Parts: sequence; structure tokens; C-alpha cells
Amino acid sequence: MNEKVRAIRDRAVRDDLPEFSIGDTVRVHVRISEGEKERTQAFEGTVLSRKGSGCNETFTVRRVSQGIGVERTFPLSSPNVQTVVVTRRGKSRRSKLYYLRKRTGKAAKTKAVDIR
Amino acid sequence: MSGIIGRKLGMTRVFTEDGSAVPVTVVEAGPCVVTGVRTEDRHGYGAVQLGYEKARRKTLTKPVAGQYDAVGLAPRKVLREFRVADPESYEIGQQVTVDIFEPGEMVQVTGWSKGRGFQGNVRRHNKSVGRRTHGNKSRRAPGSIGQSASPAKVWKGRKLPGRMGGERVRLRSLPVVEVDADKGLLLIRGALPGAANGLVMIRKTGGAGK
Repeated sequence: MNEKVRAIRDRAVRDDLPEFSIGDTVRVHVRISEGEKERTQAFEGTVLSRKGSGCNETFTVRRVSQGIGVERTFPLSSPNVQTVVVTRRGKSRRSKLYYLRKRTGKAAKTKAVDIR
Repeated sequence: MSGIIGRKLGMTRVFTEDGSAVPVTVVEAGPCVVTGVRTEDRHGYGAVQLGYEKARRKTLTKPVAGQYDAVGLAPRKVLREFRVADPESYEIGQQVTVDIFEPGEMVQVTGWSKGRGFQGNVRRHNKSVGRRTHGNKSRRAPGSIGQSASPAKVWKGRKLPGRMGGERVRLRSLPVVEVDADKGLLLIRGALPGAANGLVMIRKTGGAGK
């Protein structure tokens, strides 16, 4: 990629979000606009994947809501992602945790990382 | 000034305040220099000739280099004319930069599309493919190209396979998203014709440059 294009692409990269990695449980605060009104909605779940680079990076969060698996993919640099709160650090030896989709209950959990 | 010469650098995206992602093409345009002026009285039309990117003298023939000596400017690689309504108000040697454009303004972009080589009807003319089963033998073939003994010829303009791309393309009504005057960059919404580092001409819509 051309250096000048890269500079424009990386300009939107945010440094206000905490570091989080695949396997962590995060709460994403998303800005939702309904007509004129704006409100914030939280979506909490396990981070399955992060892909892309620069301002094109996205991350996928999976949660099981009322027995139904729900996945949402957010652009990391989007102004609609207001904050990301890491609620639990999880250990993962894979870069993509798509195998969690086939699992339920305790088997669908990632190992917790001891954070001191 | 009604236009500028530049090079397409590549594509990326830009986020707006409301969270939507805008696809943009980054163009490095200018600085161009006015190398000639065409007036209604002398040439029959009004235009400004712009030069872009300095050229080494040894790459030019003497007659071409002499054109630059006549106006006292360093030789340029690219020369293009842009129609203007008031050519008298431009001077030879005047600089033209991207700040002639403003964000939100609509522009026309002219470039050369990527050459695709010899392509079939499906890719070149968006024809549909034949069905795969029920004994069909022409999956991507052009099919019938006309009638029988009358007219006993193929009409001109029949869409058939052939060379695709590598032609001059002009796109109209593309919004300028951003102008970076310091770096000489323009961000134009959407895709532009041609490969990265390809030459593009950006013109204002309307006016004498139509």
C-alpha cells in the first residue's frame, strides 16, 4: 500500500480503547441512533476474532442470548463504538475461536487468565 | 482554475461523525504549472495548458524541450489542456494546487481504465450465461448474432467478445470528501478508473470545462 494512503487509513485508529485480545469477554458500548434520538446499547460477549489492519480492523463478539447465539462484528475505529470494557481476560491458543459456535455451556468458555 | 492533473494512489475508508464509513480514493494532484494559454481570439477556444511532474531534459527531444525554453519553464512529463471561460486571467508559470477544490464539491475524473485483454461476452458486456443442464451447449458463448438471408449481415455495433479496458473513462459527479493542501492530496468518494499510480485529470463540473 502506498505510504500516503496508509497514513490516511491509520489516522482514524483510536488509542482510547483498552487492549483486548481473542478470548476476552468484553462489553461494547454501541451508539444507536433511532431517528433523532441517540442512545447507547451494551453488547457483552466473547471476542471470537480480530481481523484487518489500520482503521479497517474489526472484531467479532459472540454471546448466547436466551439460548440463541448472537454475533456482532464491530469496526474498531467506528465512532459508533463508544467504549470497550474488558470484563474478563481469557486465554486462547487460537487466533480465531469459531469452534465456540458448536459448543454450549461450560465447554463454550475460554480459560480465564490470572491477572494480578 | 477548472481542473488539475494528478495520480491515483489507492483506496481506503474514512469515518464520518455519524459512524458511517465512506470509501475514498486518494489522489496526489499537482502542483501543476501553467505552461500555455489558449484564447478565443488566437486559437478559437479558451483553455489553460497545465504541466505536471518535472521531466529530465535528456528524455525529451530538442523540439519538445524548446517548447519549454520558449516559456522559460522546466520541462514537464505530462501536458493537458483544461477549458476555461477566462483564459486571459492566467499567466504562464502560475501554480495550480489542490486548493482549487473544496470538500463537498462535485468533480469529474478522467483516467485510463485497466486493460483486461481479450474478454468474452459475459464479462465484457454483462451478458447472461446459458443454463448448465438440459442439453445446453452454449454456456458462455455469444449465441445468435443476427438474422438470416435478410439482412445477410451482422449489424454494426453487435456486442461480441474482444479487447476490454485500457480506454479513456470519465466519471462524473464524484464528491470531494477532503482536500489536504499541505500534502497535495484529494480524497474523492468511490473508485476511480485505472491502476494505482495511474494518471487522472480532475475537473470541476459545469462551466467552460464541460
